[in-house]
Amino acid sequence: MKDKITDFFSSRVGIVVTGALIGILGPLLQKFGNPKNMGVCVACFERDIAGALGLHRAPVVQYIRPEIIGFVLGSLIAALLFNEFKARGGSAPIVRFILGFFAMTGALVFLGCPWRAWFRLAGGDLNGLVGLIGLAIGILIGIFFLKNGYNLGRSHTCKKAAGWAFPGIMIALLVLAIMQPRFGADGTGPIFNSESGPGSMHAPLIISLCAGLIIGFIAQRTRFCTVGAIRDVVMFKDTHLVSGVLALGVFAFLTNLVLGQFNPGYSNMPIAHSNLLWNLLGMILSGLAYTLAGGCAGRQLFLGGEGDMDAGIFVLGMITGAAFSHNFGLAGAANSVVDGVTKVWQPNTQTMAAVILGLIVCIIIGLTNRDKID
Amino acid sequence: MANNTKAAKAIDARGLSCPQPVFLTLKAIEEGNFPIQVTVDNATAKANIRRMAQGKKFNVNIEEQGEDIILTISK
Repeated sequence: MKDKITDFFSSRVGIVVTGALIGILGPLLQKFGNPKNMGVCVACFERDIAGALGLHRAPVVQYIRPEIIGFVLGSLIAALLFNEFKARGGSAPIVRFILGFFAMTGALVFLGCPWRAWFRLAGGDLNGLVGLIGLAIGILIGIFFLKNGYNLGRSHTCKKAAGWAFPGIMIALLVLAIMQPRFGADGTGPIFNSESGPGSMHAPLIISLCAGLIIGFIAQRTRFCTVGAIRDVVMFKDTHLVSGVLALGVFAFLTNLVLGQFNPGYSNMPIAHSNLLWNLLGMILSGLAYTLAGGCAGRQLFLGGEGDMDAGIFVLGMITGAAFSHNFGLAGAANSVVDGVTKVWQPNTQTMAAVILGLIVCIIIGLTNRDKID
Repeated sequence: MANNTKAAKAIDARGLSCPQPVFLTLKAIEEGNFPIQVTVDNATAKANIRRMAQGKKFNVNIEEQGEDIILTISK
């Protein structure tokens, strides 16, 4: 029975069903309350978690997103059931932390991870396409390094208990999300919840958690990865993963049509700006960082759930990066409308510096962590 | 690694991130010394290598030895 399930999930049909299911659940979660054109955005939701923990002070993006917890725990359950839980780590952990940090820096300039780029496009936001082009360019740069011997070295098997550390953090977050402790100054915190803005928009906790668990479970079985999808096509002419990712886009589009959530446009899209150059550059940085780390933001969560501590470190880097992005004023913001005229978001000096610094750091990592190729 | 003597080319891809196991296997296939024996330690690498090699019409034999998974790729 288990072998049959494994064979199904390894098949082309399996990965397409996975993408389709994520594509349907994302817009449904929006219907239940999640922010528009966000579905499940790993970067945005990790940023909201950073805010909920008080690691940054942007009051509109603070909420412990149960989807993220569900992704990790769903993957954990799948890995345990199918004997794939394996504690491992030690493959350049701090480098992975830095890659996660800059993946988030880039993601928050664009305002989304690769998943959200697809959800944005499927909701009619053409900037999503710009983001996907940027992502592809970042992945191509990463492939250049991979082909020249880039790797972060081997991970090693660790004590089983260590593999539980990252899922354990997620269980702790779930406890905090449910308990909502209030003993901070002026009766606020230590867990913060947005009263307005994207952080205040969310599906009921139980629905978000269940959706996350389902996605985490099937994504662990199918190895769903939005970065691996493009990478495998370019490097190996392998269309397996990309067929799942395309299914996500198509089914999210169809679900949006059915739910009346498809609104095509470019300059006044929900939680989005239309600065072409910085949408591109943000996603180039993210795409490069994900490729150097071996998988997209979602995939890192699923790997963390099956005991991969290096992936867990990458996620912690992303959450830290989110805190820095808001504290240093690096994150993008939606276009504004002044006197009926759309004003396109423009990056400040520190945003530009951070993206360029991120690209330089990633290139240095790509050049310096390598084996000689014959 | 088991059956080392039988393999014309042996690759140890244990502990390597995606896409290293597939990338190293593909390079060995291009070199053309069969059979190629690849040792991995996780189901993702096993599935990816198997898919790639079978897609190129090679035979893939899979043997599990404790934590190691040994894929033997032959023409």
